Amino acid sequence: MPSVKLQRLSEAEEGEHFRIEKLDIKDGTMKRRLLDLGFVPGCEIIVLQKSPLGDPTAYRVSNTTIALRKEESDHIYGERICDDNK
Amino acid sequence: MTTNEYTVALAGNPNTGKSTLFNVLTGLSQHTGNWPGKTVVYAEGFFTYNHNRYKMVDLPGTYSLYSNSADEEVARNFIIFGKPDVTIVVLDATALERNLNLALQVLEMTSSVIVCLNLMDEAKKKGIRIDAGKLAEKLGVPVVPISARNKEGIDALLKTIDAMVCGKIKTKPIVVRYSPEIEQCMEKLIPRVKEVIGDAYPARWVALRLLDGDMSLLHAFYKLFPSKKEATVYACDGSAKSI
Repeated sequence: MPSVKLQRLSEAEEGEHFRIEKLDIKDGTMKRRLLDLGFVPGCEIIVLQKSPLGDPTAYRVSNTTIALRKEESDHIYGERICDDNK
Repeated sequence: MTTNEYTVALAGNPNTGKSTLFNVLTGLSQHTGNWPGKTVVYAEGFFTYNHNRYKMVDLPGTYSLYSNSADEEVARNFIIFGKPDVTIVVLDATALERNLNLALQVLEMTSSVIVCLNLMDEAKKKGIRIDAGKLAEKLGVPVVPISARNKEGIDALLKTIDAMVCGKIKTKPIVVRYSPEIEQCMEKLIPRVKEVIGDAYPARWVALRLLDGDMSLLHAFYKLFPSKKEATVYACDGSAKSI
C-alpha cells in the first residue's frame, strides 16, 4: 500500500469511505466517548450526509448512524478511500 | 413454600430492545420507541417465575459506562451499588461488534451476567449467523438468543435467570488484560483498594477507574463510607496518581 498523508475526517466528502488511523484528542473523556461510539483506529466508516449547514455530519459506524460536529471530526485522522478505487 | 425476591437489571446499547424485553417479562407497557435516550431514568417492574419473585430494572441504554454522562452514571451506579442478583446485557445480534464493548465493561464489574442476543429474527433476515455456544465459552457467561418482539427464547432466558439465582450456574467472565504498564499499576493498587472498600466491590474494576481519574466514582464511594475518613478514600486516589 502506498503511504498516504493522513487526513482529517472532517475533510472527507459525502459517500466516501474513511479508515481511521488515530484520534488526536487530549481530553480523555471525549476520546473515550468517541471510541465507545465506534470511532476506533483501524475501523472503516462511511460519510453519509452533511447537514444543510455543513455541520454536523452523519457517519455510518459499525452498523449505526452517528453524527459528529466538526470540532470532533477535526481530530480524527485517517485515510480517505474514494469511491472510484473499488 | 418460601418465596425469594431477586433483582434483575437490564443493560444494553440504545435501541437493542431492552424495553421490549422488559415489557414481555413484566407484562407492563413501558413506552418503547425507536429512538435513543428514551429511558432516561430507570423503570421498575415485577414478575414471578418458578415461585420466585423478581424485580426487573430497565437501565438507560448506553454505549459505554465510562463516559460520565448522566445516563451512563445511572446505569453504572445501579450495577455497582444496587448489586442486582443478575445483570442481563441485551445485545443487538445484527451489530455484535459495537454491542460487545458494553458487554465487556459489565463483565468487568460483576460475574452474575447473562448475555442476551436480541433481534435474532433481524439477524437471520440479514444472513447473520451467531454461534451462541462459542460466544458463551469465550465470554465465560451464559448466552441466550431471543427475539423479544416475537416472544421467542423467553422461556430459555427465564430458565437461565432461575438457574443463576439458585447458584446452579458458575460463571467465569473473561478478564480483559491491559498493557503491562497498566497491569503493574493495578497490581500495586488492588490491595489498597481492598483495604478501603473491602471485598464487596470489584477491586480490579475500581482500581481501573481510579487510574482513569474517575472522580464521580470516588465521590459515590465516599458517600457510601461516611465512617471512613475522607482522607482514606482519597488516599487511594492519591496512590493511583502516584503510581
